[in-house]
Amino acid sequence: MFRRSTVAVTACAVLATTATACSSGFDKSKNGPEQDTGKKQSLRVLIATSGDAETKAVKSATAAWEKKSGHKVTVQIAKDMDQQLAQAFAGNRPPDAFYINSDQFANYAKGGSLHAYGDKIPDAEDFAPELRKAFTYNGELVCLPKDSSTLGLVISTEKWKEAGLTEKDYPTTWDELEKTADKLTEGKTTGLVTTNEYQRLGVFMKQAGGWITDSKESKMTADSKENAEGLGFAKKMLRSGSMKFAKQVDTGWAGEALGKGKAAMIIEGNWLDGAMKADFPDVGYKVLPLPAGPAGKGTLAFSNCWGVAKESTHQTAAIDMIRHLTSKKEQLASSDQIGVMPSRTSVMKTFAKEHPESKGWAEGNSYAQRPVTVPGFTKVLDQFNADLQGLATGSPAEILSTLQRNGEQALKKGD
Amino acid sequence: MWGWLFVSPMVVGLGLFMALPILMAAWVSLLNWDGQSNPFTPDADFVGLDNYRSLLAEEGLAQSLLATSLRNNVYYVLLTVPIQTALALTLAITVNQRMLRGRSMLRTTFYFPSVTSSIAVATVFLFLFQGSGAVNRMLSWIGIKGPNWFQDSRGVLWVLLDAVGIVDGRPDGALGEHRLMGLPWVEWLAGPSVAMCTLILLAVWTTSGTFMLIFLAALQNIPRELEEAAALDGAGRRHVLRHVYLPALRPVLFLVTTLGLIATWQVFDQVYVMGQGDPANSTLTPAFLSYSYGFDNAEFGQGAAISFILLGIVLVMTGIQRFLLRERGVRGQLRRRLATATARQPAADEGKEAHRAHN
Repeated sequence: MFRRSTVAVTACAVLATTATACSSGFDKSKNGPEQDTGKKQSLRVLIATSGDAETKAVKSATAAWEKKSGHKVTVQIAKDMDQQLAQAFAGNRPPDAFYINSDQFANYAKGGSLHAYGDKIPDAEDFAPELRKAFTYNGELVCLPKDSSTLGLVISTEKWKEAGLTEKDYPTTWDELEKTADKLTEGKTTGLVTTNEYQRLGVFMKQAGGWITDSKESKMTADSKENAEGLGFAKKMLRSGSMKFAKQVDTGWAGEALGKGKAAMIIEGNWLDGAMKADFPDVGYKVLPLPAGPAGKGTLAFSNCWGVAKESTHQTAAIDMIRHLTSKKEQLASSDQIGVMPSRTSVMKTFAKEHPESKGWAEGNSYAQRPVTVPGFTKVLDQFNADLQGLATGSPAEILSTLQRNGEQALKKGD
Repeated sequence: MWGWLFVSPMVVGLGLFMALPILMAAWVSLLNWDGQSNPFTPDADFVGLDNYRSLLAEEGLAQSLLATSLRNNVYYVLLTVPIQTALALTLAITVNQRMLRGRSMLRTTFYFPSVTSSIAVATVFLFLFQGSGAVNRMLSWIGIKGPNWFQDSRGVLWVLLDAVGIVDGRPDGALGEHRLMGLPWVEWLAGPSVAMCTLILLAVWTTSGTFMLIFLAALQNIPRELEEAAALDGAGRRHVLRHVYLPALRPVLFLVTTLGLIATWQVFDQVYVMGQGDPANSTLTPAFLSYSYGFDNAEFGQGAAISFILLGIVLVMTGIQRFLLRERGVRGQLRRRLATATARQPAADEGKEAHRAHN
């Protein structure tokens, strides 16, 4: 008996020591770790790339900064960004700088993992105000938007010609959109294809004058009449068959449907340019602003931001690198390579001049709605997207009232 | 003392990588932890059983997500475990026949899906079951218009009842209004969605090979004398199966169903590859929900609570199953003892040895 208990006690002691050793990595001082001020620091950067073009663009931009600053940068490509970042934060070894998706931003900011560096950027005012608002937490600009994208109506020029349509037939209202989509739906081609997520279908809510939250993101406004009208319009088109979700036509996303000739019109953003160049270089398309709804024009804006970890020991260097990556010159260069728009307002004109083909997207900047960034909202919006999948048979009002309920609960918890 | 020394590598290994993490997770499930601070300091936000309460007792998103995932998983288990066990047993009996030609080739073929990576198989299934994929094309040869498998979130029960004209679409009324754990009864009763059925098919296809192997090993342990004796008594094939094979296979049957039950309650990889809960949450499982709470929503406490609920379910299910497969009454025991006595006559003390080792 004696022996058995000694052994048990020893085993427990060993386990306890290891446990403490394991968790010691967590010890955070309140103001973050001591900073490295050396001349030759080594930075780790984690990005979720949209493809080879973007990887190359980021690598060449960081290489240019390496030369200028004398520091060293290792760019890692994430396979599953959310999971890898969450693990890095939990393990207390986050990369120094990284992309932050707008739907994860609030979770990280609330958890205190991000170093808010907005006040160290002298020309922060130059970045698009809607995007700055998206990446502001508790009144502080936490990170800089790396670029910007909006949604537009993209039409296949070939299908357009086949149906005997001309430039005069570009739809500018919901009615025209519906009629044109009807006309273009033929055989294996669907008039309008998009994905079953609020990040696309939300444009109809916006065009009807509604949105998920109020402009301060402090109150849910999901169950409004306007939102129901917007989703009701989408439902009508889904039921008539002139609009379909990308997966219903056996494609992963709307861009693929456009490339494979399964869609005549799609709702997509600037990233489409890079993807079409890589996958379907021979398919002709044209970008138009989205048709206006009862409350006028509306579109959604998207961006990732460049986060700096609170636990990084190279914050100054990382901020300097980000300032280089988001400089006017680099933003215009990555526009050329990937197709996304600059997030600085001062170079938007140059962008529009250099890329007349993206006019439909560029125009959206003036009336775009920023993404929702509220802590704990990821699952609420995921559930909304799951419900939207059944929009064709479901009731918009019911879907929206579920969203309202779930959102209110999350807002209450977030306080 | 020496005994402890010899087992210490295993004890330390298990303790460090199993017991300790489980205890840590149990602690985390009582916290409101976002994964971005140390959960083992006094600063940790201790919330008691709040995580469990919001999952089980509080109306809201967490509860209805858990209910949906449980619904999905119950149907997944209910269909997968019996089908895969029956299929594995049939395959094992088939390839155990001494007269069968090309036995080893068949064994390899049946076992093959089990050694293939489940991620690879899931990816292939994605293509097979596309709206215009191979499966639907084959169905169209016999005049059936297949569904768009991975996009179809309708429950198969309502689909079938709709097809024979008993209900229209899906029933509303009382079934739609009354709810259990935030999910209307019409959803609970819907059966697995069409998308979930493909996952069930995949699981049956990949695992029945492994279980066939286990059954085969047990079948080969049954002495030929027993079969011959049964044959002399004039027993037909069905009787041999019922009175010789099945009683002898009872412990193995318990093993196979237990393994199947645990694996099916924890299904994760196929869900992760094939749609992460899509379409409309109809392939969401508690294991995936736990992951998604942790890594996508930074609510690790809630995620840990889900996995402990899952642990509870698995324990209860295994207990029930043990009870159902127990030796029944004196007759069963007697029969079993007779069977082992005849089977093990040459090595009678082997059983005793095993008995002692067990103590």
